[in-house]
Amino acid sequence: MFETIEYRTENNVAWLRLNRPDKFNAFTEQMNFEITKALKEAERDQEVRCLVITGNGKAFCSGEDLAGVKEDTDHAEILRNRYNPMVEKLASFEKPVVAAVNGVAAGAGMSLALACDFRLMSEKASFIEAFINVGLVPDSGNLFYLPRLVGHAKALELAVMGDKVSAEEAKDLGLANKVIPLDSWEEEVTAYAENLAKKPTKAIGLIKRYLRKSWDADLSEMLENEAYAQRTAGMTEDHAEGVKAFMEKRKPEFKGR
Amino acid sequence: MVSKETIKTWTEAGVGVIQLDRPKVLNALNRKMVTEILETMEAWDRDDDVAVMIVTGGPKVFAAGADIDEMAEDDSISLELLNQFAEWDRLAWVKKPIIAAVNGYCLGGAFELALSCDLIVAAENAQFGFPEINLGVMPGAGGTVRLTKLMGRAKALEWLWTGDYMTAEFAKANGVVNRTVAPELVFEEAMKLARKIAKQAPLSVRMIKEAVNKSVDHSVYEAMQFERKNFSMLFSSEDQKEGMRAFVEKRKPQFKGK
Repeated sequence: MFETIEYRTENNVAWLRLNRPDKFNAFTEQMNFEITKALKEAERDQEVRCLVITGNGKAFCSGEDLAGVKEDTDHAEILRNRYNPMVEKLASFEKPVVAAVNGVAAGAGMSLALACDFRLMSEKASFIEAFINVGLVPDSGNLFYLPRLVGHAKALELAVMGDKVSAEEAKDLGLANKVIPLDSWEEEVTAYAENLAKKPTKAIGLIKRYLRKSWDADLSEMLENEAYAQRTAGMTEDHAEGVKAFMEKRKPEFKGR
Repeated sequence: MVSKETIKTWTEAGVGVIQLDRPKVLNALNRKMVTEILETMEAWDRDDDVAVMIVTGGPKVFAAGADIDEMAEDDSISLELLNQFAEWDRLAWVKKPIIAAVNGYCLGGAFELALSCDLIVAAENAQFGFPEINLGVMPGAGGTVRLTKLMGRAKALEWLWTGDYMTAEFAKANGVVNRTVAPELVFEEAMKLARKIAKQAPLSVRMIKEAVNKSVDHSVYEAMQFERKNFSMLFSSEDQKEGMRAFVEKRKPQFKGK
């Protein structure tokens, strides 16, 4: 079904693996479209309660394949047609998304990781705001997410300097949720994702939606938004199960509904 | 609940609900559906048990447009003789308030249906648009008229010419949509609004709709004359006596619609 990515589901987790290892998983038009298509599939599939995006081979994703750039390339159109729909789809994706950054995430590859909810980094992985090194500016949501994660000043520094950020540095900056040693990488990522997949998926979706809204809302609006969110969460089966389990002093079994 | 060929209808607590029900074709409006909507609304308009009406497409999609297959083979003479849009004129004559509860796509003929309602409650992720131009035609049931009245000439032209979809937020900011809410709560919010209006003095609600509609189509002078007549007329009602007496006696009025 896909050629530039692999997509499979297991234990309520959808695994989306960028699969051009010989090109460090650089984006091509086909890859952008396939990712967006897989995101739609994962969104539709009721069994999927967590999505992991990772890379096959050494790299997570090295960004746009520069081999495709020509003199008359309209960079804006590439973004509008290929990247922006992918980033928008991730933004409206109401299930938890983990970027399992297995190796270097450069340029738009870093943007892809930033657009996810959780970033797990292998101890060998790194981020590079590579755009500036070829005379371009960060795109694909990078300038939106980066300052929200690390603050304005640090975002500016990273974007302008274009230096490599190690996994440890990324953790200190708040870019990575967790750094994982190589030898337990697969196992820890799987455990992290499967744990997320057991949580009340609808509530996670609402948390994502309304946290995002908080960036351009005032307190009164957010209080009202929280009331809406709670009304919706309050009608889920998972909430009923949570209350029931609490009363019965047992662990709740959430179904994502 | 009553299931007709293209819609489902029910009433609860003074509110009549029409749910578009052609899920296999994303609720595409065909002529039968418009007829059934109109018949239901006209019946409810004379039914004391219904004070306010809601039109919804359900939680996924309001409707993706009109049924293209049905009209693909039409020619201008067959359309003239069919005179199908006469039913849309009658929709505008319904006297009781109508609220559109919109989730998802609300396009083409469906957008015209929503614009034919008095108020629109929309999901934050709802999308509105007139893609008719992409098929080499244009809106035919009030789209160019009602959108223009609401958002002005320049903006209406842009949307009608490009066929692009506008967000619910944009539609709200431009006077097309009354409220935007989380997608899960659209129907509930529309129902709350409907119940609130259903509790108001029914004759006032009715006379206000008539006067506001008059003001859209007529000069300020004429519309004000009309408003005055309606204002005076309400002083023949029992509810006016009750309303003012209750105010003086500092209690809640009991309106009867008489």
